[in-house]
Amino acid sequence: MAVALYVGETSVSRQGGAGRVSVIYWEKWTGDEGEQMRKVVNAFNASQSKVFVKYLSISSVDQKTMLATAGNNPPDVAGIWLEQIAQFSDAGALTDLTNLAKDSGLGADHYIKGYWDPLNYHGSLWALPSTPASIALHVRPDLVPTEFATPETFPKTVEGLDAMSKRISKKGKGGSLVMAGFLPSNPGWWNWAWGTYFGGKLVDGDKITVNSVENVRAFEWCQGYAKEFGSKEMTSFQGGFGNFSSPQDAFMTGKVATEINGVWKGNYIKVQRPDTPWFAVPFPYPANRPDLAGHANLSQDVLTIPRGAKHPKEAFEFIAFVQRQDVMERLCKSHGKNSPLAKVSEEFFNTHPNKFIRLFDQLARSPKAFSSPQIGIYPQISAEMTVAFQEVNNLQKTPKQALDDAQARLDKLWITYKSQVLTR
Amino acid sequence: MNTRRDVRIGILFAMPWIFGFLIFLVYPILASLFYSFTNFSVLREPKMVGISNYRELAGDDVFLTTLKNTLMYVVGAVPLGTVVAIGLAMLLNTKVKGMALYRTLFFLPSLVPMVALGTLFLWVFNGDYGLLNNALRGVGLSPPNWLSDPLWAKWTLILISTWGSGQAMVIYLAALQDVPISLYEAAELDGAKLWAKTRNVTLPMISPVILFNVLMGIIGSLQVFAVPYVMFPDGQPARSTYFFASYLYDNAFRFQRMGYASAIGWVMFVITLALTLIALKVSDKHVHYERG
Repeated sequence: MAVALYVGETSVSRQGGAGRVSVIYWEKWTGDEGEQMRKVVNAFNASQSKVFVKYLSISSVDQKTMLATAGNNPPDVAGIWLEQIAQFSDAGALTDLTNLAKDSGLGADHYIKGYWDPLNYHGSLWALPSTPASIALHVRPDLVPTEFATPETFPKTVEGLDAMSKRISKKGKGGSLVMAGFLPSNPGWWNWAWGTYFGGKLVDGDKITVNSVENVRAFEWCQGYAKEFGSKEMTSFQGGFGNFSSPQDAFMTGKVATEINGVWKGNYIKVQRPDTPWFAVPFPYPANRPDLAGHANLSQDVLTIPRGAKHPKEAFEFIAFVQRQDVMERLCKSHGKNSPLAKVSEEFFNTHPNKFIRLFDQLARSPKAFSSPQIGIYPQISAEMTVAFQEVNNLQKTPKQALDDAQARLDKLWITYKSQVLTR
Repeated sequence: MNTRRDVRIGILFAMPWIFGFLIFLVYPILASLFYSFTNFSVLREPKMVGISNYRELAGDDVFLTTLKNTLMYVVGAVPLGTVVAIGLAMLLNTKVKGMALYRTLFFLPSLVPMVALGTLFLWVFNGDYGLLNNALRGVGLSPPNWLSDPLWAKWTLILISTWGSGQAMVIYLAALQDVPISLYEAAELDGAKLWAKTRNVTLPMISPVILFNVLMGIIGSLQVFAVPYVMFPDGQPARSTYFFASYLYDNAFRFQRMGYASAIGWVMFVITLALTLIALKVSDKHVHYERG
């Protein structure tokens, strides 16, 4: 077995050719997104003769990276998600990139603040972006009233969105839902973030605050839709939604007139149903909180160097290559995403497949932009918020009950985490 | 002398298995027992914490939810699977033309990989356009949202569990073919009809096999993981399909609490052992063994 492992390892290492250091890169992407990253890797390999990056598309890349790191045989570069940086850093799974970045001239001024800040945790830099995203409300102008059918005239407040949704939603025989103006549970990927759209926080300093007044208000707003449409009718309606990356997607088929989604949505529309009319606007703010105007949820795919990587210096050379403006713009454009860099070329905007790319860029630069909280128990917070959201959406619990229960569980977990992980 | 040499050669030939057994089974079992008393996040050295993982489990309401869900699943899936498997085996034990084909057809579903099964049933049970609900609507019924209603999601999984009845069915079929015909003839002479023969001859005669399959069913159901993992990520809706094994997996690989996950594993083992012993005890008076 040892011989087989040695031969396997050697065969991978030699693929780079004689004299080149082989850097193993694990990435989550498959399909076209994976192919686009492979092109970047090929470009890097062709750009110099010292390092050869071997790109491997890996499912469950986060878990496999963690286990490979524990086994002292991690990849040199791992493409994980922003939300995991705190957890991985606390576990000692990542290499501190602070000095490597400094030596390469990469710092805060190179990036949009909303993307740079969450890459740093406890005073150190742990990752750099591969592709980022900002999230906005996508609207079907053909399905909303004419007076709201442009980005300029679309309702700016949550209350305006609610009124419009109520006006255009359609019910069929027996009260079943046929078309919804808006559904907080669709696509259901950012249940943790609703409170933030109402001015709340999940973590405040050292405290978990999932049951704060703002978060409860947000979930009450979400539950309002379940009450309005009927919980059973709503879940039945959503049960018929096709996959988001298929032509049966609810937004593309016109089952929903508006949908909160990331910058990548435009790419899927272009591929699956290019005739779908749409525009994007910042998600509305509560009428009594105009200070929240322009808020946006930001997410990122990031590149990290796991602890114990055999070639950290060479790995960072590749990561730094991805941070070059021309490389980053090409990659982000091919993924249909905005750029995380502070400096963006006019050509990027003019040739980008997403016609609202400037909006997504503006949202990323908004001082009200936010990302998932930097805390090691974020996976548990996200899980608890999803459960609480489902309980609220199913009318099983009041928002207060659901969030109080989540708070109680998270308080216990946080105390344990602090004593078992952070103090070590 | 020859005997001793034979033993040595036998052990030598068994060495690959013995090594595998020691490395891949005995060591992980003992290691997980040790880790269950530690704070262990895979990347750092385990640190002894005594019984605090077990104490935490006792007050963990998510764990209790998974315990309740898992036991409900066992209570639903094992009897249903047993009835379906025995029923099919009895049907396939009759003398009908083309029986070999029928037996193959009924066994085939149990060969479908779990992930493919989960994906397939996502379509079958879809509330809006699923095959099942379309059929139910066709006969004038108002079907539930199998996948998104917390009341029905577990039942969906219990129904799906019968898909794998083929394995047990084959064992029952073999047992049925082993029942002496003379017993049926004697029963017929006493005027026994189909139900009386089934109740008084067939079931007692295959009762050891029923016990075996029930025990395997209990153990397998307590470890249910793949299909719910594919069909109901995160135990949705609202943790109504969150089972023991899913919670163990999440703690080990998502939350990086390997010590806590090990403790869950050992509690799972104790519960499995207890249920198995109870089933064996209860079966004492109901299982008929031909030789004592």
